[in-house]
Amino acid sequence: MRLRITFEKSGALRYTGHLDLHSLWERTVRRARLPLAYTQGFHPGPKIQLASALPLGFIGRAEIVDLWINEPGDALERNFKERLQPSAPPGLLISSVEVVDEHSPALQTQMVSAEYLVTLLDPAERPGLENGISALLATVALPRERRGKTYDLRPLIESLCLLPEGESGCLQLKMCLAAREGATGRPEEVLDTLGIPFETTRIERTGLILK
Amino acid sequence: MAAGQSAVSVIIPTMLSPEQIESRLERMLLKVQKPGRYVGGELNVVVKDWDEISTKVALVFPDIYDIGISNLGLQILYDLVNQRPDALAERAYAPWVDMEALMRSGDIPLYSLESKHPLAAFDILGFSLPYETLYTNALNLLDLSGIPLRSAERSATDPLIIAGGHACFNPEPMYAFIDAFVIGEGEEVIGEIIDTVKNVKGQTLKVNDVGHSTFDRELLLRELAQIPGVYVPRFYDVSYHEDGTLASIIPNVPEAPKTIIKRMVAKLPPPTTRFLVPNIDVVHNRVSVEVMRGCTRGCRFCQAGMITRPVRERSVEEIVQAAEAAVDATGAEELALLSLSSSDYTDILDLVTRIGEKFGDKHLTVSLPSLRIDTVSVALMEKLKDRRSGGFTLAPEAATERMRRIINKFITDEQLLETARAIYARGWTNIKLYFMIGHPSETLEDVQAIADLCKRVLVEGRKALGGKAKVHAGVSTFIPKPHTPFQWVAVDTVEQIRAKQELLMHELRGPAFKLSWTPPEDTLLEAWLARGDRRMAEVVYAAWKNGTKFDAWQDQRQFEAWNAAFASQELDPAFYTHRPRQSDEIFPWDHISDAVRKKTLYADYSRSLEGEIRQDCREECYACGILPTFAATRREFPGIYWKCPEVKSPAGGKQTAAGGG
Ligand code: SF4
Repeated sequence: MRLRITFEKSGALRYTGHLDLHSLWERTVRRARLPLAYTQGFHPGPKIQLASALPLGFIGRAEIVDLWINEPGDALERNFKERLQPSAPPGLLISSVEVVDEHSPALQTQMVSAEYLVTLLDPAERPGLENGISALLATVALPRERRGKTYDLRPLIESLCLLPEGESGCLQLKMCLAAREGATGRPEEVLDTLGIPFETTRIERTGLILK
Repeated sequence: MAAGQSAVSVIIPTMLSPEQIESRLERMLLKVQKPGRYVGGELNVVVKDWDEISTKVALVFPDIYDIGISNLGLQILYDLVNQRPDALAERAYAPWVDMEALMRSGDIPLYSLESKHPLAAFDILGFSLPYETLYTNALNLLDLSGIPLRSAERSATDPLIIAGGHACFNPEPMYAFIDAFVIGEGEEVIGEIIDTVKNVKGQTLKVNDVGHSTFDRELLLRELAQIPGVYVPRFYDVSYHEDGTLASIIPNVPEAPKTIIKRMVAKLPPPTTRFLVPNIDVVHNRVSVEVMRGCTRGCRFCQAGMITRPVRERSVEEIVQAAEAAVDATGAEELALLSLSSSDYTDILDLVTRIGEKFGDKHLTVSLPSLRIDTVSVALMEKLKDRRSGGFTLAPEAATERMRRIINKFITDEQLLETARAIYARGWTNIKLYFMIGHPSETLEDVQAIADLCKRVLVEGRKALGGKAKVHAGVSTFIPKPHTPFQWVAVDTVEQIRAKQELLMHELRGPAFKLSWTPPEDTLLEAWLARGDRRMAEVVYAAWKNGTKFDAWQDQRQFEAWNAAFASQELDPAFYTHRPRQSDEIFPWDHISDAVRKKTLYADYSRSLEGEIRQDCREECYACGILPTFAATRREFPGIYWKCPEVKSPAGGKQTAAGGG
């Protein structure tokens, strides 16, 4: 059976990368004594699919993973969330577990877009930033280069705005970026166009939007 | 400053709070490789309430996280200290060079991974020193913590700096920097040290005029010196002969014993099972259960085999239960059953059978190191075989009969070839053979024999598997270590080592062979540190000043900086490495006792020169010195798990078992 888990990844786990997160899930399921399903073949691997790689340093508020387990014999054993949470490492908080259709398409192919909340750790001028955002949104194209390839960032930005002042006194940006296969907007790139060094920010991915 | 002026002229830096450290870190971590090394937060981590705990211990492994996290000794101490309600243990590792540079420029001191407190805020810093090439890192970490490097310069506000681990069986090259060394096994003594620190601080704690708490450091050290197995180097005076060898090592206070006898736990305590599980990929992501401690084989080059005596085993039941508990607590993919010589464990077949049954279908790799070279080992591994593991490791160490007699590791070529046949026949494609070059009196013919033997093993592989068969020769270079029968001998010179390595490179070419070796510079560095005296401490200091660190890393180690350090101290490295020692030479570590007598070692060295083999001492006790030293303990623990003969004589009497036969 295929479980779809929505979870938060924060704290020290901000600095755990995509591949390592894969192993973290594998071990969590094993500690919970759920019968994880393995792929066949010479190098059997656990059947685990993460919806979208979360860049190192980002906090994930609503990440999604699918994992396959062999049907537990006893229906009473299906309290998955209660079993998995105590086995999860600090910083991995499970919000929900649902059983989904075994044969529905792979999570990665279902991804449409992702929402981000960016907190600026350094003080910044609100009006200047507002102008920057308006100017950016007014452009028709934002040609950029990343890893030697040029691409247009503008169509990948679905929305971008500055949030009203919160309690912390830090400025916060909200953005929604495309996250389709082969067309993924990266918040660091947006910050860079706004002249904000990304190491002076805290980035949270607050939602993944599936088809 | 004018005389008589009373203002405090030293600037006492205010310590950063954990919150300040964390906020500085957040801006820094994405600029370094693998930031997950620096944040802690692992499964099974213990974070206690800082303000509720009286004695705070930082356990420091002076290499990077990726290596230190799987160190069993540190995990054991972490577990033990944290079991005490009045103490806490947190951890720190060496930041990699990229992180260190940012920490220094961003004014972040070395901090603990658990609570992010600066290390200077702890009561005790316990350094793990399993090997010598960590020494400069240890200095670097003290510096990064803002703690004075030299024991003599530490004030009443600084933490107590202790160290333990195998390298500390010759503590002298680090004597100036460590307040107290733990000699031998730490499980019991760590508790006694914590008690002592707690007592002395309880009695002498004062707040000085700048608001820092102080305690009587001298009193603490004198108390520590009275704990068996604790060595406080400042309480000993060392003098030298004209030729640079030692004349004497004498205690200078009544509290310091003449000889520091190692600590040894009579019965191995219950194994640690709540291992920390890293959130990032590390060198060994595994849980380990120690099957037994000590070794009775008596290979003459092996320091571990000498200093960990006597052999003490755990029961199969205890090991299996611990393995299960550890796998359950961690979800680990790999289980290591640790010992110096797995095949010698009394119930090895039973153990392996039970482990195989228990974990056979759990996607778990079980490793069983140091197997004897015989077909039984192949059968054992077969029970544990995992589809993922492609190689089988054997350690013949030498390839001619003459060499095997000299090092006291005797097998025949036919035994090795038969074992190789069995390994290839059961489907392993790669055999890794460990050899050592540079054994005493080795010639190029002995080295040629290594190549020849590898070729003969490959022939067996080809017969069974054709072109798929492979041989990996891992050839290290022998380093004479303190407390071994070879502590008197010289290390090969760089030229000799090169000639031997070139021969092997020339002989073992082609796709079926893989050859790995140790660069001669690494060997020399470790060799001079291993048998260094107190003057070496100044060399270590100068080398660190010259920028050396990560000496265990081939791409980081700076050999020239070490040479310059020797030159600055007007010392000749060859004095420590290439000089054969006189039979009656006083060694810098003679006041440190692992309970195996120096004269037993010398007798064994003499035997080696005659090419005489010494049996495994389970067959016949040869009175190495363990029993008279630990006779009282033996009487209390006559059980079957301690493999020396029973001691029958009453306390104080002449011990009878030593005669043996
Ligand atoms: S006392 Fe005897 S049996 Fe025990 S380790 Fe020494 S030689 Fe071996």
